[in-house]
Parts: sequence; C-alpha cells; structure tokens
Amino acid sequence: MRRSQEPGLWALFSAGGMLAALVLPVLVAVLWIAAPLGWVELPTHANLRALIGHPLTRLVLFAVVSLALFHWAHRFRYTLYDGLQLYHLNQLIAIITYGTATVGTMVTGYALVVFP
Amino acid sequence: MPDTVTLEVQRYRPEEETGPAWQRYEVPFRPEWMVLDALNYIKDHLDGTLSYRWACRMGVCGSCGMLVNGEPVLTCATYLEELPHGSIRVEPLRGFPVIRDLIFDLTDFLNKLKRVSPWLVRKKEQPVADGEYRQTPDQLAEYKQYSMCINCMLCYSACPIYELEPEFIGPAAIALAQRYNHDSRDEGVQARMDVLSQHDGIWACTFVGECSAVCPTNVDPAAAIQRYKLSATLDWVKSTVLPWGKR
Repeated sequence: MRRSQEPGLWALFSAGGMLAALVLPVLVAVLWIAAPLGWVELPTHANLRALIGHPLTRLVLFAVVSLALFHWAHRFRYTLYDGLQLYHLNQLIAIITYGTATVGTMVTGYALVVFP
Repeated sequence: MPDTVTLEVQRYRPEEETGPAWQRYEVPFRPEWMVLDALNYIKDHLDGTLSYRWACRMGVCGSCGMLVNGEPVLTCATYLEELPHGSIRVEPLRGFPVIRDLIFDLTDFLNKLKRVSPWLVRKKEQPVADGEYRQTPDQLAEYKQYSMCINCMLCYSACPIYELEPEFIGPAAIALAQRYNHDSRDEGVQARMDVLSQHDGIWACTFVGECSAVCPTNVDPAAAIQRYKLSATLDWVKSTVLPWGKR
C-alpha cells in the first residue's frame, strides 16, 4: 500500500509549532515588554554578540528559525489549498511553500556559519 | 416571553420538489422545550408529512443531529429558549446527501467506519475456558473517552475538510479507531495504521478542531487525530528513515 509522505512534513510542522510556541513568547516578553518597561536590564550589544558566539546558541537559533519556517510553509500551504480551494495548484503551492522554507533554512545556516 | 416561535424547516420531498425548499411553522413556545419537541409538535399537530430521525430524546442515540441556525447540534439537547429570538432555522446536517426533509444518507460514513475495523481484533482468541480478558481501571481509562461516540455525525457536519474532500475518512471513524487502538485487549493497531496513515486517513485533517467543539459527548476527535498523527509519524520514522526499520 502506498504510504503518505506527509508524516515527515507534519513532523517538521509540529516541531516548528512547538518550538515557536515555547521560545517566541519568552523572547517577546523579555525583549519587547520586560526590558522596555525596565523590569529587567536590557542586554548590551556586547552581551548578545558573546551569546551568539557560542555554537550552542547558533544551533538553537538554526533549529528555531528553520523549523518555524517549515511550520509556516505547511500551514500556509493548507491555507491556500483548503481556504482558497486551489486544488489544481497543489503541487505548485507545495513547491513554493516548502521551497521557501528550504531556502530560508539554507540562508539561516549560511548566516550562522559565516557570522564572526 | 413570546407565546409562539417560528421554525423554518428545510423540506425536500423528492416526489414533489426538485430541490430543497423552506417551510415555516408556528409552534407554541415553552421554556422546557427542546428543538426536537417543537419538531414533534409539528409532526403531531401541524404537518404529519415532515420527516426526521429521532429516538431517545436524551442525547444517547445520536439520531436527531441537525443544523439549527447553521450549527450542528443534537436537537434533543438544544433548548428553544437558548436560541436567539425570532425564527429558528432547522436543516439537515451539512455535508451529506439528503434523502428526505431532515433525513440524510449515512452510507458513506458506515463504509468508512468498516475500513478501520471498529471492533476488538485478536490474532488468536483465547479459549472460553481461560475466562474473560481482564482490564485494569487505568487500561479502561485509556480509551473510555473515545468509546463515548454515539455516531451522531455532528463532527462530520462541522468538519470543513469532509465537505471539501469527501474521501476523508473523518473525525468519528478515527476516534473510534483510537478507541480500539488504545484498548489493551486489541491487536489490530497495524491493520488500522495501514488504512489511516494514507492521505484520506489522518493526513487530510488540518486540525481545524470544529469536530471537538460540536461533539455532544466530549469525545474530542481532534485530539484523537493529532495523537494518531504522532503515532503514524513514529511508525513512518521506524519504517522509512531508520535503516533497520521493519519495511
């Protein structure tokens, strides 16, 4: 029996959704709410440079950005497919959405590798 | 408080009408009445030709599901009083072929239900002399929620995917597959996985969640499907990605 290839895409989608849900609210709360209101001290440029200099930080950033892109791709694909009912464009939509996520992943990977 | 309420009921009598038509009925308004009581009043006093399904009047049989003001509900569990004043629209559940008036055709669901083997599958039955298959309360709790499904079809009617992709096997059938998958006495997990891991199985679902919102018995089919997606993904990883996989 033909098996659907969807599990792989869904795994990326759900991993991205979960990571984004865990990480982004914390970043928003700290950097955009707590810091401007003076509840916590805003990290300096040098702090952030040092933080991103660590390989583990880059790995986490890579995972968050790339998986969040695949989460977007999957959701946007089905928004177009079911929401606008573009069934005849299924393949094109899939190529554009997952393609964008793939390109975004590669750009992120490249940027994190070459960043001094 | 008004003395009467107007029900706009969708009629379809294939021998008289070529398509659905609306008919208005004025029925007494009583605060203790459900929409089904109003329909029964119409049937008994105003128009004996109105056709609809009902049986238990207490949310157990699952046969009186209809669209009331566009929402899929059990008419035996929806008070007239809860609905906005003015006329109340009653239609057959969305997404199914209508046979007559408020009665729709369930054949598609019944065929799909059969495909997921909604019964205890045993490779080998133990002899009667060995006694019953025992189960702990914890093992019962694993699947009990899914066993509350009364096949009322509200979840199919609420599911936008079922309307768009009629081949989708649908929320209740998947929840019922999970009812047996999580039963400690069952051995049919793989057979069901082969059916449900296809696109028209779980993967057509995009987690809209309306099925769980309308479910009158809190089966939560949306959660059943997402749980199944995780199992199917792990199964897929085992069989496709890992070189020592089973296929």
